[in-house]
Amino acid sequence: MTLPQSEETAVTPAVAAHGRAGLLRRLLRNPVAVTCLVLLALISLASLCAPLLTSQDPAHTSLTESLAPMSGKHPLGGDGVGRDVLARLLYGGRTSLLGALLAVAVAVVIGVPAGLVAGYYRKWFDAVSSWVSNLLMAVPAIIVLLVVMSAVGQNTYLAMAVFGVLMSPGVFRLIRASVISVREELYVDAARVSGLSDARIIRRHILPVVQAPTIIQAAQMLGLGIVIQSGLEFLGLGSATQASWGSMLNDAFANIYNKPELMVWPGVALAVTVAAFGLLGNALRDALDGTATRGRKPRGTTPRKPVAVKHSAPPEATDALLALEGLTVSYPTAEGEKTVVEGVSLTVRRGEVLGLVGESGSGKSQTAFAVLGLLPPEASVSTRQLVFDGTELGNLGRAEMNRYRGRRIAYVPQEPMSNLDPSFRIGAQLVEPVRRHLKLSGAEAKAKTLALLERVGIADPERVFNSYPHQISGGMAQRVLIAGAVSCEPDLLIADEPTTALDVTVQAEVLDLIRSLQRERNMGVILVTHDFGVVADICDRVTVMQTGTVVESAPVRELFAGPRHPYTRMLLASTLEDAEPRSPLSRIVPASIAGVTDPAVITNSVHQEGPA
Amino acid sequence: MTATMNGTPRKDVPAEPLLAVDDLVVEYPAKGWRRPPFRVLKGVSITIGAGETLGLVGESGSGKTTLGRAVLGLAPVASGTVHYAGKVISGLGAKERRALSSDIQVVFQDPYTSLNPAMTVNDILSEPLRVAGTPRAEAEKRVRDLLDQVRLPADAGERLPREFSGGQRQRIAIARALSRDPRVIVCDEPVSALDLSTQARVLDLFVEIQERTGVAYLFVTHDLSVVRHISHRVAVMRGGEIVETGDAATVTTTPQHPYTKRLLLAAPVPDPARQAERRAERQRLAAAMAADARTNTPAIASTSGDRA
Amino acid sequence: MIVFLVRRIAAGLVLVLVIATTTFALMGLTGSDPVRQIVGQTATRQQVTAKSAELGLDQPFVVRYGHWLADAVHGNLGSSWFSGESVTTSLENKLPVTLSIVLAALLLSAVLSTVLGVAAAVRRGALDQVVQLLAVLGFAVPSFLVALVFAVVIGVDLGWLPATGYVPFADSASGWLKSITLPALSLSVGAIAATAQQVRGSMVDVLRADYVRTLRSRGISERSLLFRHALRNAAPAALTVLALQFIGLVGGAVVVEKVFGLNGIGSEATSAGSQGDTPVVMGVVVVMVALVVVVNILMDLAYGWLNPKVRVG
Repeated sequence: MTLPQSEETAVTPAVAAHGRAGLLRRLLRNPVAVTCLVLLALISLASLCAPLLTSQDPAHTSLTESLAPMSGKHPLGGDGVGRDVLARLLYGGRTSLLGALLAVAVAVVIGVPAGLVAGYYRKWFDAVSSWVSNLLMAVPAIIVLLVVMSAVGQNTYLAMAVFGVLMSPGVFRLIRASVISVREELYVDAARVSGLSDARIIRRHILPVVQAPTIIQAAQMLGLGIVIQSGLEFLGLGSATQASWGSMLNDAFANIYNKPELMVWPGVALAVTVAAFGLLGNALRDALDGTATRGRKPRGTTPRKPVAVKHSAPPEATDALLALEGLTVSYPTAEGEKTVVEGVSLTVRRGEVLGLVGESGSGKSQTAFAVLGLLPPEASVSTRQLVFDGTELGNLGRAEMNRYRGRRIAYVPQEPMSNLDPSFRIGAQLVEPVRRHLKLSGAEAKAKTLALLERVGIADPERVFNSYPHQISGGMAQRVLIAGAVSCEPDLLIADEPTTALDVTVQAEVLDLIRSLQRERNMGVILVTHDFGVVADICDRVTVMQTGTVVESAPVRELFAGPRHPYTRMLLASTLEDAEPRSPLSRIVPASIAGVTDPAVITNSVHQEGPA
Repeated sequence: MTATMNGTPRKDVPAEPLLAVDDLVVEYPAKGWRRPPFRVLKGVSITIGAGETLGLVGESGSGKTTLGRAVLGLAPVASGTVHYAGKVISGLGAKERRALSSDIQVVFQDPYTSLNPAMTVNDILSEPLRVAGTPRAEAEKRVRDLLDQVRLPADAGERLPREFSGGQRQRIAIARALSRDPRVIVCDEPVSALDLSTQARVLDLFVEIQERTGVAYLFVTHDLSVVRHISHRVAVMRGGEIVETGDAATVTTTPQHPYTKRLLLAAPVPDPARQAERRAERQRLAAAMAADARTNTPAIASTSGDRA
Repeated sequence: MIVFLVRRIAAGLVLVLVIATTTFALMGLTGSDPVRQIVGQTATRQQVTAKSAELGLDQPFVVRYGHWLADAVHGNLGSSWFSGESVTTSLENKLPVTLSIVLAALLLSAVLSTVLGVAAAVRRGALDQVVQLLAVLGFAVPSFLVALVFAVVIGVDLGWLPATGYVPFADSASGWLKSITLPALSLSVGAIAATAQQVRGSMVDVLRADYVRTLRSRGISERSLLFRHALRNAAPAALTVLALQFIGLVGGAVVVEKVFGLNGIGSEATSAGSQGDTPVVMGVVVVMVALVVVVNILMDLAYGWLNPKVRVG
């Protein structure tokens, strides 16, 4: 048996660099990150080389040089007790950086292993460690440090080690949450089935995932450590002999009326260092997000433009409920404008069900959203005409469009559960548009909504009306969404894969419901689907789309009886209904026709993921 | 690969099945204190012979995925047994279970989360081999062989999963499952996330591999047409129980159990005329069942669980 | 809901107890000799022993803790080793100061972070940049530094608002407001920055959610979409961050009180801490942790009210 060499088995050249190396490179491309790294390097270097940069002793007091002005001997002047400000600034950097490093080291050493064990094994250790972590987080850190310092003595490094313990819950929670989410990934199950031991799974699959967030957290904790430490020293808690930025501020505060500029040097050093750590953490996160989203981006391949074939003449524009002509949708991407829909035209008559069929990446959902005016703001949309019942919709403003949306053009989404507002009762969500469009009173709107819920086959409308979305099943939620769509008696219903997320028995019932509502109200319907069974069940006419263009439009029986376009033929041949069991299917599927360059990366939920 | 089983697998069940699940009960602990555990499988029995495909079909919440996971040792078995090659494999310790990894493998539904995004395809495919102690050079050779078996180019090994489409990723997952010549592969909805034309090509690959290597499949899916296409025998699940088992052609064309009938009639066929007939028949059956339910109460409940 | 509340209160009491015990143990194990500090270096042995007996320090640790706990349950937190003043009375006098600035800071944080976060999420562009910048500044500049700058610039140089001192609300409402404005503002900068960032993030996520698109498809007004639906769904995450920030506010009060010369619990904590005045330290710790517990329970209630999944099954 031979399989055709299809696009399925041909791999397009690699564009993305390997994981971590790529992350570093992206980080270094970010000017903010580079600036922060340079600043931090300079600050570390300066405090490290303090003895080389100044000959002054930071602890040497001299009453004659109290509040001395800037001079050759004291480039930044003297402080309240005549110590050299520059020397204190440089040596103070040591205290701050070392103290912060110590705190972060303690936090990581406690937080990472505890988080790994709690997240991976759960059970009693998770319960106990989570309890302890919540406890530690509920106590103001500075109070604990006050107690510790008054009990054990004024040692800055000891205080920072204790602060590390107090910060460890942050690390613990982060690691635990990432481990729990990774543990539920199927690739960890697959590794287990492959015979990997727990230790090996943690090392190979879990540690790499928690590495990056830990580094980000560490950068921010370094900043936090410096802040807390200087706060303590500012309060006068900390070793009196050791120079530090906090104690410099304390001294400046004492002389605030005599020489307020003493505040500037330690203040700036503190703010710049902490800001650099914070910004570096942000830049790391951005770089990481960049690598994560990268995989979703389609490669800059130009789709071949299939040539459309037509069966019967297009319906007269005069009896059209909706006439769409020359729709083009594109998104800006890193590789330039990416067109996802190009020159699509379609017509829907009153009382007609039009099936919009295609595989993922065909642009069928984008077309539907364009009609509704619901594409994300970054999409650029153009049409030759978009006429609904005699009105051009293409150039309506948002407020004007809102008079059509919901009132005359309605929408049924694909995923029932994610399309209901989780914070509001079902009733409130359904009543709001009814009141707005039909200008009904609250009681009238409620009565109408309850009747609707009953109409869509919900046995106990009153209970569902008062329920929150998470309290009802998916099939019930889809009925609710259909009720919401038809509540203002629209003329056109746009349903985007309305049954794809449902079980097959529920799907049949929902299709029955859409059909009966459509007949009852003589609505026009655009039904977006990838399933030819659904098309055969409910549609009057079919438009087949491939990579953003229409390849074929025909009445439903005509299309199934004699598909003209090779792509349509290929799709129909891929259905399993009439195939001989276990016989090769691809022989009759000349994949070269498919022309779908990378079907899986261009998902049909472009809207949710931003520009595809 | 040492292909031993060739020719079409037999339709009659061998006397000694390769894999036998007997009266299996799986329970998950319920949230909250002292609540009774949630019973997902309520005494399920199936057998799979060498080189055979058992299609396991059901709607969401039927327990079909859990049954697959129980065979893989990923679900908590409360009672009942799973036999593999005559030995009990349910309730094994972690170490004994790991020893089975060369015999029982898996292909999951979601090709996006079943491959570690940070590992290259080479690393993904060689991991099971390295665990088994295969020397590096030999593992590398085996990986090239595996890529060839699933019709991916040899240079695919250097890439990361995200550079592949859904269908290609599923091929990588299949290659990983094949790496240590397993005798059983649990396939958990392996084509459900794929486009129609991609699905067709991946199904072809499954059939081809089985005919060449004689591996047995436990093929879990919600799609009757997929099950009909790939299976020798079919088991229909509902609410944690098997309602009907039998020859694939029989179960998927002339089912005996009312639920299977309902399932079959609910699946739309891509032919407007035949679909109109099927719909009419479904609605007639539903009406009859509703009437039935009114007269004698303990009939089958009308609405089943939803997938969402 | 009642069960939830009872459980949260019980957990809060446990927290206070654990922290009190730990603090007492730490203070008891102190290396320094508090009695020597109280009576001075020149005191005789007899004086030290007498003082020790007077304070009950000659008794075993467990007995001392038992006494303290028994008294504390009855509202008596003992008296200061140094001044002899009743801790309960002293805290009663100082609590209004700290409460005023901490709660005002919390209120400021909640309001300003919502306004800034929502505006940044909706308008994007320049405003978004401003919020991002503020977030970095709020993180980088510790509250006492902000306080110092405010005190010098607004308090001293410009003289718009008092740089030091606290005016009780009972004396003069406007004086009270003026006296707490700068402390509360400097205290809240960090919390505003962090919470605004979270509000922005969750608003952006919610506005991208499927149900927002579906609501839009029903033609409901943009205002209802933003303030009724989106904000409501973004609020729980922001509230979680705000609750964490509040703990930081309580700690920050210690430092900010020093800058503005406020005689609150924070400055009490600093002086008692440096002296090793165990009864006062214990009182401060218990009151501050209790404050955190109470506010967190209130936030949990608000969270439950906002999030129906917590409230109903």
